[in-house]
Amino acid sequence: MKQNDLILQTVTKVAAFVILLFAVAIFLGGHYSPGGGFVGGLMTSAAIVLLLLAFDLKTVTAILPIDYKVLIGSGLLISSLTVAGGLLFGVPLMTHAYRYIDLPILGHISLHTAVLFDLGVYLVVVGVTMTIIQTIGESE
Amino acid sequence: MSLLHLAVFAPFLLALFVPILYKLFRQIHTGWFVLILPVLLFTYFSRFIPLTKQGDVITERAAWIPSLDITVDFYVDGLGLLFALLITGIGSLVVLYSVFYLSKEKEKLNQFYVFLLLFMGSMLGVVLSDNLIVLYSFWEFTSLSSFLLIGYWNERERSRYGAQKSLLITVFGGLSLLGGIILLSIMGNTFSIRELISQSGQLIDHSLFTPALLLVLLGAFTKSAQFPFHIWLPDAMEAPTPVSAYLHSATMVKAGLYLVARLSPVFAESGLWLWLVSITGLITLFWGSYSAIKQTDLKAILAFSTISQLGLIMSLLGLGAAALHYESMGETIYLAATVAAVFHLINHATFKGSLFMVAGIIDHETGTRDIKKLGGLMQVMPITFTVAIIGAFSMAGLPPFNGFLSKEMFLASMVSVLELDIFNMDTWGVLFPVIAWVASVFTFIYSMIVVLKPFTGKLSLKLLDRKPHEAPIGMLLSPIILASLVIVFGIFPNLLSSSIIKPAVASIQPSLVGPDFQVHIAFWHGPEPEVWMTIGIIVLGVLLYKTLSKWQGITMWVPDRISLNSLYDNGLRGLERSSSFVMKCLMTGSLRTYLLSVFLFFILSLGFTIYWKDAFTLDTKHFAPIGFYELLLAGVIVAAAIAILFAKSRLTSIIILGAVGYAISLFFVLLRAPDLALTQLVIETISVSLFLLCFFHLPLLASRKEERMTFRLNNAMISIGVGVIVTLIALSAHSNKLFDSISSYYLENAYKEAGGKNVVNVILVDFRGLDTMFEITVLSIAALGIFAMIKLRLTRRKDQS
Repeated sequence: MKQNDLILQTVTKVAAFVILLFAVAIFLGGHYSPGGGFVGGLMTSAAIVLLLLAFDLKTVTAILPIDYKVLIGSGLLISSLTVAGGLLFGVPLMTHAYRYIDLPILGHISLHTAVLFDLGVYLVVVGVTMTIIQTIGESE
Repeated sequence: MSLLHLAVFAPFLLALFVPILYKLFRQIHTGWFVLILPVLLFTYFSRFIPLTKQGDVITERAAWIPSLDITVDFYVDGLGLLFALLITGIGSLVVLYSVFYLSKEKEKLNQFYVFLLLFMGSMLGVVLSDNLIVLYSFWEFTSLSSFLLIGYWNERERSRYGAQKSLLITVFGGLSLLGGIILLSIMGNTFSIRELISQSGQLIDHSLFTPALLLVLLGAFTKSAQFPFHIWLPDAMEAPTPVSAYLHSATMVKAGLYLVARLSPVFAESGLWLWLVSITGLITLFWGSYSAIKQTDLKAILAFSTISQLGLIMSLLGLGAAALHYESMGETIYLAATVAAVFHLINHATFKGSLFMVAGIIDHETGTRDIKKLGGLMQVMPITFTVAIIGAFSMAGLPPFNGFLSKEMFLASMVSVLELDIFNMDTWGVLFPVIAWVASVFTFIYSMIVVLKPFTGKLSLKLLDRKPHEAPIGMLLSPIILASLVIVFGIFPNLLSSSIIKPAVASIQPSLVGPDFQVHIAFWHGPEPEVWMTIGIIVLGVLLYKTLSKWQGITMWVPDRISLNSLYDNGLRGLERSSSFVMKCLMTGSLRTYLLSVFLFFILSLGFTIYWKDAFTLDTKHFAPIGFYELLLAGVIVAAAIAILFAKSRLTSIIILGAVGYAISLFFVLLRAPDLALTQLVIETISVSLFLLCFFHLPLLASRKEERMTFRLNNAMISIGVGVIVTLIALSAHSNKLFDSISSYYLENAYKEAGGKNVVNVILVDFRGLDTMFEITVLSIAALGIFAMIKLRLTRRKDQS
């Protein structure tokens, strides 16, 4: 049976980008407003899953040629390095450092090592969900 | 950290580089690189001899887990140094020998030397650690490396069997040793051996003293292959011969002796210790020598002889404890038992090491170790024969070799038992010299078998795989060195007595060895009973050896069915069979059955606890106000949950389940938890699509089509029960505020300490960041697991089609 999913595909083309951007926004804003690496990562995966539903696996792998297993590994690496980083400065594990700076256009923002840790979480979450979905989806 | 720490850990460090060296320099035998280390370490440790000779103890401390009182303290005293020298000295010779024994083309040398270095390092750790937990860790490492080395030729079934057997028995002992260590630490409130020794007088009255003693001895006996745990050692002979010479005769099997010697000051006051150690040693001595006679494999004879010699040293260590019960320093005769134990330990390492290497040479050059096929090798291998004769005569206790001296001292100690008047020794003690003498006759006989059967008689080339010739000089070097030591220690025994033996005895019997204590070993000490016993051994031994073929059949009397080995085999088989039976009962492969039992257990255990502890309380004071929206959402949830029950297809049920989840996330919105709401919404979305995917791929079983399950009363009861229990627990948990919430702390400190305004996220990445770290690790493992399982299934399906 040929499925007619023209509406879904057209909406997805726009919506996926919006979701992705929103995911990045709540990931970055996580330390001050609702959000963070975990939910940001989940939302990114949701966008990709939406793409998967609208198109097929082949098309999506062509658009996003990412090996999600590598994401898992690099995410874990980034997080654990952030955790261990404190040791280099003689402070306990998991100690974060931050400072506030003023930038043109962006204004008063903070630079925080927690973002690095959260980036690891983000990558792991995207990697894990997509690895699971992709492997189950491929196994026909 | 200090140089001593570096010395102990150096083998581990080198082990890291062995695979690289092996890959980079394929033309050079990896053993040459490895050889440098034990030689260096031997030189390093021999520098301690003058210090321990004066009675000094060298201690180096390093903290490891200070909160648990676990420190990596190494200390070198007489006993530790003796073992360290044995480990590195014999280690050097064995590595040298292995360079010629193992071909660099055919063997996996990288693995072999990594395992060997692991062993060397952990064995050094065992004999130099002061902290019992550290000692135990190294102890298990020696078991592990022994397992790996026995199974080195893992393509052979016998190797795998032997490796498993040794691991099961020694690790069983290791665990009981750990139990003993914990009991000791409870009694003495310390893990340090020296602190335990210093309070040994008070420990003996403690109620845990006897259990600790038994557990520690169990560990020592399994490791040192004492009866009835000796059965692993003959099977360990599947290891390459250098390993047998090193681990299974000279060092690892002596770890048990070390432990007994080291903890003697703690336990030796007790009569149980004296009886257990000496009797077990004697039985092992007798049984080992008796069993050795019926073997036809050269290495099997040597294995049983090792068992028997270990028993000999063990019994001497046990008797040495008797010295503690005599106040006057004049009773050095029991101290002499300890001196004999230490002396024989050294001698055994030299003569047994050389004999093992000889067996390896015979195996290497002729292709067999079966004494029925071998004969007349004297003509083609004169040097090997000379070494063998020195080793075997020393083992038999013949002058002028070192074995003669320690054997005489052993017999003298056994005779002295007759004069003991403690612990009923005066009645049963007479058995000691009798068993010792009989076992010595057997020892004489098997020593003769080892040297005379392969080397004398007729050389029949037909039975051998290849034409034998003398081994290369490199291979002969190590056994020649050991054989020369046999002679040197035999003729000049006092080379060792004040430098090595006396400090070692001083560590075993610290309370008895005063400054004026001297060890003097003499060849001739008058017509004492032991001289007559030796003459008797030689006369009877020669007679019995000549008539061996007539009476050897007697040794086959014990049928295989009731032997300890078949007990072990049947026990293992029964264990496997019953565990697979239990597993088949529990693991039916049906997810529904699993869920049923999980939930049933959940209901019964929690429900019973609530009833028994009368734990249910209801306090409506903290409840949030219930308004219109809350009621609406609850209504949606209830309606959706009921609708799932009547859904016609899987797809519909999944989507309705999603609706329940979305409604719950709206509750979070109402309760002003935006983070939770956001996360829950996205998770719901993704999990619904995951569910859809999974169910799409589920196989359609013939018996369970996608039709609805019929109503079943017990299923309904279980699901209602789970709901009720969860509700009860949630209500009680909410009603009991046993302590203040931690939320206010987080609220106050999130911005101050962590520079973040979103408290939930600050908790996730900062306050409880380590949790998050481990959560993402678990997630990753799960994802990779799913990936591996599905890929595996796909490839298998491809293979089948």
